[in-house]
Amino acid sequence: MSIRTPLARVRGLGTAKDGTHHWWVQRVTSIMLVPLVLWFIVSLLSVSHADYETFRHWLGNPIRAGLMVALLATTFYHASLGMQVIYEDYVRPEGAKFVALLVTQVLLFLLGAVSIVAVLKVALAA
Amino acid sequence: MSAKQRPLSPFMIGPYYKPQMTSILSITHRATGAGLVVGTLFLVYWLVSAARGPGFYEQAQTVLGSILGQLLLFLWTWALLYHLANGIRHLFWDAGYGFALQDAAKSGWAVVWSSIILTLLCWLIAAP
Repeated sequence: MSIRTPLARVRGLGTAKDGTHHWWVQRVTSIMLVPLVLWFIVSLLSVSHADYETFRHWLGNPIRAGLMVALLATTFYHASLGMQVIYEDYVRPEGAKFVALLVTQVLLFLLGAVSIVAVLKVALAA
Repeated sequence: MSAKQRPLSPFMIGPYYKPQMTSILSITHRATGAGLVVGTLFLVYWLVSAARGPGFYEQAQTVLGSILGQLLLFLWTWALLYHLANGIRHLFWDAGYGFALQDAAKSGWAVVWSSIILTLLCWLIAAP
């Protein structure tokens, strides 16, 4: 039996029943990002000053291109989950929170899509 | 206390709690996370420039190599390493380890120093 009043439940201020999924995918993406980010940082040390041909050759390796795509997809998903929690904690009123969340998630999705296509274009042209 | 008056997050900020090392590191984790989201714009700009061709790539390298670009990249490096190190600290907590106060303080300082030292190390190795 719930101790919430029926009115409070109808107003929708309770659990949405998917908190565990949100928490879990945040952890799964974190665990994936540990090795991916370490790889990315070490890679940047070698390609940060590379000229175009060197960079294109570097990204032309399918394993590196694949890791870049995985890094980007995981990063933007992780970022979306993280920004959601920040907005839920700090942004009021409800309408502002909703708009901020929607705009951020759409932008992150687009940035992820564009950056992945960019990586593929360089990788496949090499 | 009525439901309307219950304290809402961020109640950690304000007169209710004295700032502590652990709480400062916690809010820094969020701040670096949000900062890194903004930082992804640089990454996307760099990759899209590379996809548009050699001219755009060289231009992006020049922009990112400017004083302002390098300063932002330096801050981005630290934010990334801090968020990475503190993220690992969080994963240990999720697995049930390191909750004792002195352990949380020790791992906190380890995060602070490792993020600073690794940032400097990265910039020494990739010196412009």
